[in-house]
Amino acid sequence: MSLLQVNLPGLHLKNPIMPASGCFGFGREYSQFYDLSKLGAVIMKVATGSERFGNPTPRVAETASGMLNAIGLQNPGVEKIIENEVTFLSQYDTSIIANVAGSTIEEYEYVARTFNNTKAVHALELNISCPNVKEGGIQFGTDPKMAAKVTEIVKKASNLPVYVKLSPNVTDIVAMAKAVESAGADGLSMINTLTGMQINLASKRPIIANKTGGLSGAAIKPIAIRMIYEVKQHVHIPIIGMGGISSAEDVLEFLLAGASAVAVGTANFSNPLICSDIIDELPTTLERYGFDAVEDAIGKAVMNE
Amino acid sequence: MISKQRMKIVSTNQIAKDTIEMVLKNSYISENAIPGQFIHILVEGHTLRRPISIADVDKDNETVTILFKKLGSGTEKLSESKAGDFLNVLGPSGNGFETSTEGLHTVLLIGGGIGVPPMYYLGKSLAKQNIHVISVLGFQSKDHVFYEEKFQQFSKTYVVTNDGSYGDKGFVTSVIPNVGEFDRYYSCGPLPMLKAITNELSEKEGFISLEERMGCGVGACFACVVPTNTEKGYKKICSDGPVFAAREVIL
Ligand SMILES: Cc1cc2nc3c(=O)[nH]c(=O)nc-3n(C[C@H](O)[C@H](O)[C@H](O)COP(=O)(O)OP(=O)(O)OC[C@H]3O[C@@H](n4cnc5c(N)ncnc54)[C@H](O)[C@@H]3O)c2cc1C
Ligand SMILES: Cc1cc2nc3c(=O)[nH]c(=O)nc-3n(C[C@H](O)[C@H](O)[C@H](O)COP(=O)(O)O)c2cc1C
Repeated sequence: MSLLQVNLPGLHLKNPIMPASGCFGFGREYSQFYDLSKLGAVIMKVATGSERFGNPTPRVAETASGMLNAIGLQNPGVEKIIENEVTFLSQYDTSIIANVAGSTIEEYEYVARTFNNTKAVHALELNISCPNVKEGGIQFGTDPKMAAKVTEIVKKASNLPVYVKLSPNVTDIVAMAKAVESAGADGLSMINTLTGMQINLASKRPIIANKTGGLSGAAIKPIAIRMIYEVKQHVHIPIIGMGGISSAEDVLEFLLAGASAVAVGTANFSNPLICSDIIDELPTTLERYGFDAVEDAIGKAVMNE
Repeated sequence: MISKQRMKIVSTNQIAKDTIEMVLKNSYISENAIPGQFIHILVEGHTLRRPISIADVDKDNETVTILFKKLGSGTEKLSESKAGDFLNVLGPSGNGFETSTEGLHTVLLIGGGIGVPPMYYLGKSLAKQNIHVISVLGFQSKDHVFYEEKFQQFSKTYVVTNDGSYGDKGFVTSVIPNVGEFDRYYSCGPLPMLKAITNELSEKEGFISLEERMGCGVGACFACVVPTNTEKGYKKICSDGPVFAAREVIL
């Protein structure tokens, strides 16, 4: 048996597999399909300072090898999430990562502090990259100075390890990664979705009511791999990799590129048991490619250069 | 409870223009499905599953019937499946129709196009409980009409076509005033039809089934929400619905 454990700041993972934020709700629905204790961690749906209703529908469209979404950060607000959802997830033997967003720096700070006070979550994932919120999110995610600032403030507001989730909608991903590393980020999480659009030929209008949406799924995997590979060469903090993962082979590819753990998003929609299936298959896959442990594979492709 | 299942295609037939009837065998889904629920079908080469209503259930033979229209690449691909093939399905999904029959005498079923299928299993189940059923079915044109005789087996059935090529000409709303008294209505069909019906029948108790583009289909991703006048302000079509009390949703 290969060793699946990975240790990251604040996270002692029994395996490197976790569902990605927004693709797994708060776990309840998927707990019908398998025991969530099997997961390395769960990254919860985003939390903002107060409740958000999100964008008008349609909010999703299908693309070649992927999908577009513009949910618009719909969530019940940090307090209700702690009261109802964190309590629910706490019954499982898995780490809980809270995805944090806001329209202002103050809102990020408030959400981070509120999670910190509960002691029930193990880490924060700072969502500075959601393309679907128009007020501010996008600015934080594409400007290294703003990204560093929000990271710094959130670090001060809480003692929890902070993983900053990077947007791929930038020309220089390494500059973003370095900026948040210097600002105190404990880790990176990458990538979020790429902004896209699909037009309906019959109605001659974009399908998604918000017009643009974030592209996810298999279509974005090569972009995620490239970005992780580039960033790994320039930063020292660990990376949680994501973008189009749907098999144990995909996981290994992310590990080789430099990810220390991975998140699976869109693939949950095609197969609600995908995370569980990947965890079952990972040992054999590692073995097939000559690895005794997950940790031995991390960044191998970068080191081989 | 929703489950991931393999369903074997027992038969597949084109029953009207672009409209396929498929009979699928699976004991778990046939045992647990109630009228108004759907199955979420994975189609090869597609990321998102396709929601299709359960149109009929035969518990003895452990089969479920679906009726779908070839609309885009997913339903086109699905229509190419053959008897003996297996479908990868989640189900039974969603919340079905309210079928408590206390004090109920007569119900009106209103189906439009691909909204007709869920009305069939519902009507059949209600008729079995000795409820008097009236059906109004709307289609684009004569070529699209299906299941008229099947509805006639348990209900007085009115068919309307938009172009008048079969039955009455017009929309389902044009015949509703002529169908007589009823205590409750059930409806599924395109949004403009549901808007017209819920407006016209605002005094009646009604249940409607809604359609929206879905992501996960299990209630996790917040893709298919509908505004409601409940305290929460919204509901999820895939898991709280697709059936809602007409009065609770804002169309
Ligand atoms: C609860 C529910 C029950 C349904 N029952 C039936 C049924 O019994 N028979 C039937 O013929 N159709 C039914 N539909 C509609 C059916 O799901 C769509 O026609 C189908 O998904 C179209 O897929 P496509 O690949 O052919 O079209 P495409 O346009 O290529 O599909 C692209 C994407 O949009 C989604 N989509 C497109 N149109 C719709 C729609 N009207 N509703 C929801 N998603 C859509 C698809 O699922 C897919 O994700 C139902 C929809 C819902 C929500
Ligand atoms: C429907 C949907 C909702 C999402 N919601 C969030 C969110 O709330 N917060 C966040 O940081 N990322 C969100 N994401 C992005 C994913 O977490 C992930 O970064 C991205 O989808 C790439 O991974 P994938 O290709 O495996 O889906 C969402 C993605 C999808 C498809």
